[in-house]
Amino acid sequence: MGEVLTDEVEPGGLAPPGALTRLGDDDLSALLLIRHFELKLLELFDRGELSGTTHTCLGQEYVPVALSPLLDPADYVFSNHRGHGHYLARHRDPHGLLAEIMGREGAICAGVGGSQHLHRDRYLSTGVQGESMPVAAGVALHLKRVEPGALACVYIGDGTFGEGAVYEALNLAVLWRLPLLVVVENNGIAQSTSTERQMAGTIRGRAEAFGAGHHSFTSVDVNELRTGLAPVVDLVRRRQRPQIVEFHTHRVGPHSKGDDTRPAHVLRGVKANDWYDLYAAAHPEHFAPSDAAQRELIALIAHEVAARPLSRWEPPCA
Amino acid sequence: MRVADNLNAALHDLLEHEGDVYLLGEDVADPYGGAFKITRGLSSKFPGRVLTTPISEGGIAGVAAGLALTGDKAIVEIMFGDFVALAFDQILNFASKSVAMYGRPLPLRMVVRCPSGGGRGYGPTHSQSPHKHFLGIPGLSLYEVTPFHDNRAVLREMFARQEPCILFEDKILYTRQMYDAGDLFTWDMDGDVARVYLDDPTSADCVIIAPGGLAHRALAAMRTLLLEREITCLLLVPSRLYPLDLDPVLPHAERAKAVVVCEDGPGGAGWGSEVAHLLHTRLWGRLTRPVAIVHARNSVIPAAPHLEKEVLVQESTICRAVLEVLGG
Ligand SMILES: Cc1ncc(C[n+]2csc(CCOP(=O)(O)OP(=O)(O)O)c2C)c(N)n1
Ligand SMILES: [Mg+2]
Repeated sequence: MGEVLTDEVEPGGLAPPGALTRLGDDDLSALLLIRHFELKLLELFDRGELSGTTHTCLGQEYVPVALSPLLDPADYVFSNHRGHGHYLARHRDPHGLLAEIMGREGAICAGVGGSQHLHRDRYLSTGVQGESMPVAAGVALHLKRVEPGALACVYIGDGTFGEGAVYEALNLAVLWRLPLLVVVENNGIAQSTSTERQMAGTIRGRAEAFGAGHHSFTSVDVNELRTGLAPVVDLVRRRQRPQIVEFHTHRVGPHSKGDDTRPAHVLRGVKANDWYDLYAAAHPEHFAPSDAAQRELIALIAHEVAARPLSRWEPPCA
Repeated sequence: MRVADNLNAALHDLLEHEGDVYLLGEDVADPYGGAFKITRGLSSKFPGRVLTTPISEGGIAGVAAGLALTGDKAIVEIMFGDFVALAFDQILNFASKSVAMYGRPLPLRMVVRCPSGGGRGYGPTHSQSPHKHFLGIPGLSLYEVTPFHDNRAVLREMFARQEPCILFEDKILYTRQMYDAGDLFTWDMDGDVARVYLDDPTSADCVIIAPGGLAHRALAAMRTLLLEREITCLLLVPSRLYPLDLDPVLPHAERAKAVVVCEDGPGGAGWGSEVAHLLHTRLWGRLTRPVAIVHARNSVIPAAPHLEKEVLVQESTICRAVLEVLGG
């Protein structure tokens, strides 16, 4: 019988009604950097200056921002298709990311990977849903033996629970007590399909079935989330107990671009939970200058990166 | 009519006329209608038989095989052909084998639709032509959508085989027009194979054999070769890629000065080598020179358009290959 590894820390619980707490300058600028980065991408697409596809994390920026100071450079982070915020929260490198997406000099992966396939230091993303869960478990197996105290953090969406690889990885991780932190961004939708139409049961129920810890968070308040997350991360790090942290979050933008078929009332509900508006209302004097500064910064970066020469890369011969 | 509309109409037609047809796939339901909008209108018209699924490629391929086992017909849409890798076990070890491994024929009518190919800057996990991984599997036929074959007939033919089939759909075809070979060329059908030529299919200098997704690149190359070099080509586009019916191909391959086979994946161990081998075997001693193969670079497919172009087959790649084999 697997023991249930869940109740050693208090779950984050429901968002207390009321205003968001005042953020540190650094957290606020990280949030706004990501927001304006994503908005810029959609704008560049609209103007025909970007090709391919992109998945913005509008509305979900606070998840990686809340988490990132709790992670150590020795920790691995596995991201998915909606990964710009994950990357920017960890590396604060909008130039490299935009260059990657635009195929310009200075790109993180020479423009080969593009938006969905990034690798830098101990950060890796790929565009096939669920694939990175067992890979993260493998990394966690290594860390457990060779670098105890380090963990593997993997971001997945609610829809990705459709993939069998997720369950195989969860089973292995709990069975072998791997330092695996699964961050679920449950935004209630996968592309066009609402969670009720693609998931039987719950994520909590799944965690329980495997004996993994589970903690759900509905707040969009970075301070509060970080307080709730710290002991969970610690549990993974020090006690090698796989944990699932489930954020009930909101995808404010389209799945990729111009492909949002949600009805107006649903979109209104989503928008009402956007941390951006909530924080602007709660702390206008803190918000406004930082918002303007990040918007301007991103505009400058976009201008600068667009003017760079195209990235260079030699395909292997043959 | 665009290729996407022809495919959509074919699915409507099939679901309407045959009550035992199911369609399963991620985000196929209205109003979204699939990532490439090929299933638009189907879920509204045929609720209960058109099912939007969780992100579970392996699972839905198995469900399709289960439906087929009961005598139903099942169509699976894999959102991006790359993800058919997740359904490989069901296709290779269950569906394809089951038509024979129980000692007597077991009909399984299922079609796995795979939007494939690059040219859209989607990057390495959303741009492959995964054909070669499915070549040579007993009990599995491979088809590719072309601008010349009506998908109504193609779908019917696949079900009539009573064995699992994969239908590759090059994403760049979706927005192209059906039945359009341009102003310079005429086209007709010889059995399963569409033939595109200047005015006489039997007098071309070079025969180009290409799957549907490469048809427009081959046509553009033919145009350039004709106008700039006065070289005439005959383009042959089969609907079924594997096993390939050689009969419509052989007389042309034998007559021409050169034969070029095109494929949009990395070279070697793939469709190009398969076709070349068949031609070499059947026409040994009668070919003027070895069959040439045009293929993509042996590489992942980059996201950035300027790099992607370097890897995938372009009009210019085909032109160069034809000139090279003709010694020009
Ligand atoms: C194996 C696989 N199947 C399908 C897709 C196409 N796809 C990309 S994102 C996505 C939805 C993912 O939903 P979810 O996990 O909830 O993440 P979200 O997009 O909501 O952040 C789908 C179906 C994919 N990338 N990989
Ligand atoms: Mg989701």
